[in-house]
Amino acid sequence: MQNILLGCACLAIFTTLGIVLSVLFESIQFFRSVPIFDFVFGLEWSPQTAIREDQVGSSGSFGVVPLFVGTLLVSAVAMVVAVPVGLMSAIYLAEYASRSVRTYAKPALEILAGIPTVVYGFFAALTVAPFLRDLGASFGLSVSSESALAAGGVMGVMIIPFISSLADDVITAVPQSMRDGSLAMGATKSETVRRVIIPAALPGIVGGVMLAISRAIGETMIVVMAAGMAAKLTANPLESVTTVTVQIVTLLTGDQEFDSPKTLAAFALGLMLFTVTLLLNIFALHIVKKYREQYD
Amino acid sequence: MTESANHLEKIKKSLSRRNRAEKRFRWYGRTAILIGLAAVLILFTDIVSKGHGAFRIAYIELEVTYDQDRIGVDNLTDPEELTRGNWEALSKTAMRTEFPEVSGRSDKRRLYGLISSGAGFDLKDRLLENPLLLGETERVWILADDDIDTYYKSWLDGEPYAARMSAKQLEWIDELHQQGKIRLQFNSNLFTRGDSREPEQAGIRGAVMGSLFTLILTLVLSFPIGVSAAIYLEEFAPRNRWTDFIEVNINNLAAVPSIIFGLLGLAIFINFFHVPRSVPIVGGLVLTLMTLPTIIITSRAAIKSVPPSIREAALGMGASKYQTVLHHVLPLSLPGMLTGAIIGMAQALGESAPLLMIGMVAFIVDIPGGFSDPATVLPVQIFLWADSPERAFIEKTSAAIMILLSFLIVMNTVAVWLRKRLERRW
Repeated sequence: MQNILLGCACLAIFTTLGIVLSVLFESIQFFRSVPIFDFVFGLEWSPQTAIREDQVGSSGSFGVVPLFVGTLLVSAVAMVVAVPVGLMSAIYLAEYASRSVRTYAKPALEILAGIPTVVYGFFAALTVAPFLRDLGASFGLSVSSESALAAGGVMGVMIIPFISSLADDVITAVPQSMRDGSLAMGATKSETVRRVIIPAALPGIVGGVMLAISRAIGETMIVVMAAGMAAKLTANPLESVTTVTVQIVTLLTGDQEFDSPKTLAAFALGLMLFTVTLLLNIFALHIVKKYREQYD
Repeated sequence: MTESANHLEKIKKSLSRRNRAEKRFRWYGRTAILIGLAAVLILFTDIVSKGHGAFRIAYIELEVTYDQDRIGVDNLTDPEELTRGNWEALSKTAMRTEFPEVSGRSDKRRLYGLISSGAGFDLKDRLLENPLLLGETERVWILADDDIDTYYKSWLDGEPYAARMSAKQLEWIDELHQQGKIRLQFNSNLFTRGDSREPEQAGIRGAVMGSLFTLILTLVLSFPIGVSAAIYLEEFAPRNRWTDFIEVNINNLAAVPSIIFGLLGLAIFINFFHVPRSVPIVGGLVLTLMTLPTIIITSRAAIKSVPPSIREAALGMGASKYQTVLHHVLPLSLPGMLTGAIIGMAQALGESAPLLMIGMVAFIVDIPGGFSDPATVLPVQIFLWADSPERAFIEKTSAAIMILLSFLIVMNTVAVWLRKRLERRW
């Protein structure tokens, strides 16, 4: 009986192992045809440039840098939206809001976390992107209809509750005695928040933001629907960029034979995505855990 | 003396500045909350304003004669003859009877364009339901084409959108409208049909059934496994490196991007175990692995909330460890576990990225009848429709989103209710 239970618990390990093996195995096959150096440092991504079907090495160039830059650009836009809004609402809810505001505003913000990403994608592609394009046009700016700004902005809205609930946890975990001490010295509430609570809660907040970044990097549907397909090396959020997840989806949907470098490339991208998010997660969870122990 | 007075002066001067900073800070907080709430509001209003129209759809009333010769069918029970029947002739003839003055090929084509290209098959179904109609004539409300539907709705709203209509068609619609032969009816197709390339024929039934089968499998697999894992980790596991490792794994899996689970499903389930693509089985397996961490984490919290005194009392009465867990801890923590399961299922219902990887993104007309029929799920259907160029699909997509969101709202409300109703506090 106990072994069955242990088996169930170990499924988590098998899943991780399965993920690692599946992406690693296919990636190794991929790196046989495309050198790993070209993949990691290549500046051009165009997997579809085959001119003839039977061509040797019939796929184009697999340089991952533009995808990585695109992913970072979209995530950065998302963070610019989510971090200030999420953090400030957490502070307000934890330190200022009356009980009744807290009971209604908190679940209302949490609604944002429960909305499926495909809905955000639809909203970004059909409402936000045209709005930003028209807005840009009225200022004489040319905004792409698949701009990183639209996808990132909507992704930021999605991440607001994620940051605010994590920040709320760490802010409420700061011992009351620290607040009392600061207030007793004559500091105003906002001074207490800025000079005492935030520094004390900083490790937890940083951990939360890192988890949020990892989530933004791995987010798929919003960017598939609202960001572009063409890999462009740009830091301008008004232009269209593509991301790692978009390329995984494009490479693996539609017709495919399994051993072509095109599909294998998706697994190499998956390996990269998994590694980056895993490192971020482990580091963030480590920080959060350490911080919790500090005040427990 | 003068020095401390100076200090006091300084402090007083700074006080108003500090108070202003305090006020500003408070406003930043309020603004942040308002931005969040406004986002919720804008999102919902936008979806509802785009989607509410899709629950009604334009029908045109025509006089249909079920003429045996024109259809070319004698025996309604012979399936082969039925497939060979010229069913489109029914709706086309009806259109010509309504507008006898129309002549010329292109005009006729435009005329036939008023009604859905599937109208003939709808008439066939109607005839099969009531075979006595063969040879008879009746007035039937026939589904209009999606462009007509879009135009008619926008025209009723006072902002006609006629980009895809010809002048003749506009005239005909006007004529039909004046005779009361075009009207909006409840769009039952949306709920009873599978996907279609024609927006007016497309429904979400197939996707809903696909979601249902996928979720049933996910629940049946993930709930027992998740609860067992939680019981093991909380009640039986010795504290050693191995259990620590399991914990780290669970926490990490909860944060792994969902698309990675899709890659896992593709490589392991489809390519290694040769589970067929696009079926609820493989979707359920992938979603099980994905929701497992959520269920384990919430179940553990539920078990933790049972006070140790209960366990000690049971053990003190001579119960074995298993009896303690099965008879006391488990029933007491079940409400919390169920809440976690519902939240996990709500997550799984809204998930689409990993399912794209395992082929549940195919265009499937038939409504799946089991776990091994090719299917898609509701969020993926939304993705597919959102990608379709036809304008009428925008409305459809928003309507499907409204339906998906209502499912999620119901599930989350049940979870909250369950927690409030059944949870005990010690």
